[in-house]
Amino acid sequence: MSTRTPPRGLPLTAAATGLVLMATACAGAGGQAPGGGERVVTVATVANPQMEDIESLIGEFNDQHDDITVEFVVLPENQLRDRVTQDIATQSGQYDVVTVGTYEVPIWAENGWLLGLDEYAADPEYDIDDIIPTVRSALSYDDQMYGAPFYGESSFLMYRTDLFEEAGLEMPDQPTWEEVAGFAAELDDSDTAGICLRGVPGWGELLAPLNTVILTHGGQWYDEEWNAHLDSPEVQEAVQTYVDLVRDHGQAGAPNAGFTECLTTMAQGDAAMFYDSTVAAGNLEDPESSSVVGDIGYVAAPTAETDHAGWLWAWALSVPSTSTDPDAAWEFVSWATSKEYHRLVGEELGWERVPPGARVSTYDIPEYREAAAAFAGPTFEAIENVDVEQPGLHPQPWTGVQYVAIPEFQDLGTRVSQEISAAIAGQQSVEEALATSQEYAQETAESGGYRD
Amino acid sequence: MTAQTTPDTARGGPAPRELTRGERWGRRGPLLPGLLFVIALTQIPFLFTVYYSFQDSNLLRPESGGFTGLANYGAVLGDPLFRNAVLNTVLLTAGAVLLSLVLGLGLALLLDRAFLGRGVVRTLMITPFLVMPVAAALLWKTSMYHPVYGLLNWVISPFGVRVDWVNDFPLLSIVLVLAWQWTPFMMLILLAGLQSQPPEVLEAARVDGAGPLETFRSITFPHLRRFLELALLLGTIYIVQTFDAIYMITQGGPGQATTNLPYFIYLQAFRAFEVGEAAAAGVVVVAATLVIAMFALRVVSSLFEEES
Repeated sequence: MSTRTPPRGLPLTAAATGLVLMATACAGAGGQAPGGGERVVTVATVANPQMEDIESLIGEFNDQHDDITVEFVVLPENQLRDRVTQDIATQSGQYDVVTVGTYEVPIWAENGWLLGLDEYAADPEYDIDDIIPTVRSALSYDDQMYGAPFYGESSFLMYRTDLFEEAGLEMPDQPTWEEVAGFAAELDDSDTAGICLRGVPGWGELLAPLNTVILTHGGQWYDEEWNAHLDSPEVQEAVQTYVDLVRDHGQAGAPNAGFTECLTTMAQGDAAMFYDSTVAAGNLEDPESSSVVGDIGYVAAPTAETDHAGWLWAWALSVPSTSTDPDAAWEFVSWATSKEYHRLVGEELGWERVPPGARVSTYDIPEYREAAAAFAGPTFEAIENVDVEQPGLHPQPWTGVQYVAIPEFQDLGTRVSQEISAAIAGQQSVEEALATSQEYAQETAESGGYRD
Repeated sequence: MTAQTTPDTARGGPAPRELTRGERWGRRGPLLPGLLFVIALTQIPFLFTVYYSFQDSNLLRPESGGFTGLANYGAVLGDPLFRNAVLNTVLLTAGAVLLSLVLGLGLALLLDRAFLGRGVVRTLMITPFLVMPVAAALLWKTSMYHPVYGLLNWVISPFGVRVDWVNDFPLLSIVLVLAWQWTPFMMLILLAGLQSQPPEVLEAARVDGAGPLETFRSITFPHLRRFLELALLLGTIYIVQTFDAIYMITQGGPGQATTNLPYFIYLQAFRAFEVGEAAAAGVVVVAATLVIAMFALRVVSSLFEEES
């Protein structure tokens, strides 16, 4: 045909560039290794502000232990869970310390994946009895502690005192969801959302606040015989309340907003109320990240039928049974969850950033009480008021508040949250979402062998 | 490799002398380690996947395990969520490929003309392809689509319209991100096609009095056809695997609206930790992709045949 040689390299170069890009895109993340010790402790942590503080203070740890090098792998919550579960379940032993929550600890301890910490923690200097009792019991299995709490949290309602004053509204100490809906309608305008609530799918995202709403309305996931009750009138009412509230007076883009997005919205002054983790308070009171410092009031989680409605969650540091150097791992864990560490954070980074909800003694430090005056009391009360055995009106065959403590819940919760997120987006009704969810829940109880 | 050795014979050069057995091994020998490496890297994980697809394996239950025959395949194919994911994958891939192909063709036609600063413009046009997929997804989620401070809404707000993009048009939002990323790729391939047109033929067409439209229809387009096919197939193979944009922007939601096959397998493997079912779904997807890839290879080889 043609005698001229066409530049046929170009399409090939283009295709090759594509391949190289795909390969390099996977190699983005990496750790850093400060210090120069010979024993290496690899820590997988969640990308929350309190966890990031550890990284900036690790120099103090290195001064005391110059033979240990600590390497951090910092990941967002969902990714952390994927990676850590994968690592532990396949016994590949990449991490010496993992950050896990109250949901994972008892399930993993039962599988023999975590080391019991009681023997280590018996050291009187560590003072295990100083740990807040509800938190400690949530991190135990068979009366042995398997996770040292880094910080604990409950949930409460945060609201803008200035906006409430302007509108002549008064927030009661124990608001009900009906009252909250009324306030949201009153304060909702084009600039400011009435309330910010999570809407992004994920059992650790949307389902956390929503489950407390279900429980306080008298709803439940399963009864004691593991019959699912997601299509009951109580659950219907609770989910309808939540979905209506977000759709009518919530933040824009709700089905894609989670904790981080809502925290930003609230900190920028774009929402009048925010029902979420007590941990958010530290950020809202930090002038570096918030434009509403001093304008926020904190009251108990809104209720309907029950007296209290907060959840309980704790991020704990655990040592997997595959750890190559459990002694070095415990050195790090005991340092990061000690009284001294709490003082160190206060002195170096500011008292409002001390990890809350882990130790009783933290609440006796005068500087902390002063710096966290607005939220320390409500946080401590919220955590103390949680009943992890029976948070709702009905007895439940597992321990825990905003989740069902079975291995299958990660999957079940993700699917149910997708259905409800679709209801928040207006793609289906709450009734349809719950009918599908009920089927999933029944299926799970049967395939998991909890009922015949 | 064949592409570089065959032209000698095809171009009618001196017929090569038959190699002896020893000489042939002498040439192949150094390549063998590489071949073994490629086989180990690509085939062993796949064999493991096939093995797991016949096992009843759940990572969260250490006591699970054991041969279950085709049960995993039955479970996956009978799952309405899997069928929904197949449909989403088809819509997503077809939408993104066609859109980026049309845009890429338009840009390639413009860039085929000589003008001042063409090199700079061409480099600028390629940049979206060089952005990491995760970064691109985040960029679109926060600075383009955000209902309050997103650029798209800022542009259309003077007309009194306000759209919550990801919420109201989830699948379209993902398609737009992918099209933005893949248009440069399409443009590169089509530009190569355009620039390989023999100028004497174009000149002859002009002398014969054909207008630009007529030239494009009867000469350029037939010449471009193979390049279009190549772009279409390579794009399809890559875009079928889209994961980053969905993970970062919608998490598969709202509902199941943007759950495609890779994200479905991810949920099976890392939410349910159902290794068996995830492996079975993976095998089904590989089989389907192989069919597409076979077409791709056929097109590529016919492209080389024609050129030589």
